Amino acid sequence: MKRRSTLPGFGLSLGLTLTWLSIIVLIPLAALFLKTFELSPDQFWNILTSRRTLNALKISFGLAFAAALVNLVMGTIIVWALVRYRFPGRRLFDAIVDIPFALPTAVAGVALTSLFAEKGWLGAPLAAIGIKVAFTPVGIFIAMVFIGIPFVVRTVQPVLIDLDPEIEEAAASLGANRWHTVSKVILPSLIPALLTGLALAFARAVGEYGSVIFIAGNLPNVSEIAPLLIVIRLSEFRYADATAIAVVMLVASFLIIFVVNRLQRWAQTRVPAH
Amino acid sequence: MTMELQQSLEYAAPEVRSRVRPFAAPDDVRSEPRFVRIGIIALATAFLSVFVVLPLVVVFAQAFSKGVSAYFAALSDPEALSAIRLTLLVAAISVSLNLVFGVIAAWAIAKFEFSGKTALVTLIDLPFSVSPVISGLVFVLLFGAQGYWGPWLQSHNIHVLFALPGIALATSFVTFPFVARALIPLMQEQGTQEEEAAISLGASGLQTFFRVTLPNIKWGVLYGVLLCNARAMGEFGAVSVVSGHVRGETNTMPLLVEILYNEYQFVSSFAIASLLAMLALITLIAKTMLERHIDEEELPHDD
Repeated sequence: MKRRSTLPGFGLSLGLTLTWLSIIVLIPLAALFLKTFELSPDQFWNILTSRRTLNALKISFGLAFAAALVNLVMGTIIVWALVRYRFPGRRLFDAIVDIPFALPTAVAGVALTSLFAEKGWLGAPLAAIGIKVAFTPVGIFIAMVFIGIPFVVRTVQPVLIDLDPEIEEAAASLGANRWHTVSKVILPSLIPALLTGLALAFARAVGEYGSVIFIAGNLPNVSEIAPLLIVIRLSEFRYADATAIAVVMLVASFLIIFVVNRLQRWAQTRVPAH
Repeated sequence: MTMELQQSLEYAAPEVRSRVRPFAAPDDVRSEPRFVRIGIIALATAFLSVFVVLPLVVVFAQAFSKGVSAYFAALSDPEALSAIRLTLLVAAISVSLNLVFGVIAAWAIAKFEFSGKTALVTLIDLPFSVSPVISGLVFVLLFGAQGYWGPWLQSHNIHVLFALPGIALATSFVTFPFVARALIPLMQEQGTQEEEAAISLGASGLQTFFRVTLPNIKWGVLYGVLLCNARAMGEFGAVSVVSGHVRGETNTMPLLVEILYNEYQFVSSFAIASLLAMLALITLIAKTMLERHIDEEELPHDD
């Protein structure tokens, strides 16, 4: 199978790819790590353990995880409805799922804020029952749920479509009721895709900036996300602070990439034999 | 247990399978009770309507809240026009750079076998998982006054940061993977037979690419360019960090949305936002249409 290709241009195209990749992506990212090494371990530690930084990281990671969990549950329900049922407007709703991907984050940010502000379409009725969304951590959570929806849906959808119907039929003919078939047969085979979707939604929400900052209120220690704190430190010319926070977040996203790659390998090894 | 049954069904003769089927009529065993079905559909559509459709509707409602003339007045403001111009220029630069790169990278990755390929693809994907703010920050660290090359650039009077080159660089970073990502699976699927045939018949490498490969991947190229362009025009976080927000000069459309919004000029802010929302909608519609063409491209050519 692995015979040598007779096509020309391998050296040239690979060389150009590596050069361009280095210029646009690798050298800039390396600059971030190099800058971090200019800090002494003490300095680095002090920046990260300062109250404001810790709170910003806690808010970003904590709310992103909560939002990813909501996306996991709602994403599964949406995928199920889109794949398994026929209802009017199904194709339209299928297309709508991609809007959070396509809508520029600043547009999503101002739209969500105006929707959930105290006089907004949803904010007013919520305020009437005593729930304040805009300019509170709840607002951050809502924005993170918004941008995370497509990740779970689009990772699980193809797997559910490809699921062999005979497995379910077999379970049913062996006497399993529908709930048992779904929870013991179908959901377990979706687990790698579900976890991948969860990880991707989480990764996106942790680093999200545009759709969050308008609705967040941006009160230090309360509703200030880590990416915003980076921007604030930059505008104060405190480059060391910005760099240290950024490195922590970058390492976190590398870890997530690693987990996702592992999950995908796991998914490939457990594809049921056809 | 279920696996055994599944296998025995697969190996069974067709007439046996048809005898088994009636006990497991697919429509009944593969679906839920009616009230569960309705509940799930209601929950899914309600969630999507509230969280996805409503924000989109709000953009247009706010943009037209003071009437059509206020809407167009907001769009013809000089500041708005200069933001639109800059956005188009930046998108043109980064899309064409990433188009050329994406095609070259996809050629190397899809048509040849080499070690480290998986690592290379992971590196190309990297910008997708980096926070937009960090994507801007790295260029500040390189080109800023305190950055590695900042002092040299300053002494030669070259402006990268808070100017067009910085914005184009940051945008190229965040849109880096789109074209390559769209082409690699498509070109891998198509294999190398047609190209090898062309080469053995005496075509040059470039002839082979333009006459054989490109016609096969044209919809995939368009797909990558479409998504790359949408992200390039809409990028906010990375551009916000490197732009410096010089009014009428380094503000792109998303940045102007923010500035006008913070100045409580809601009609103007949402008018610009509505242009970006329309761009997103057109992108989605075009994407759906292209996906149909790409499915055809992936089919093996029998003719």
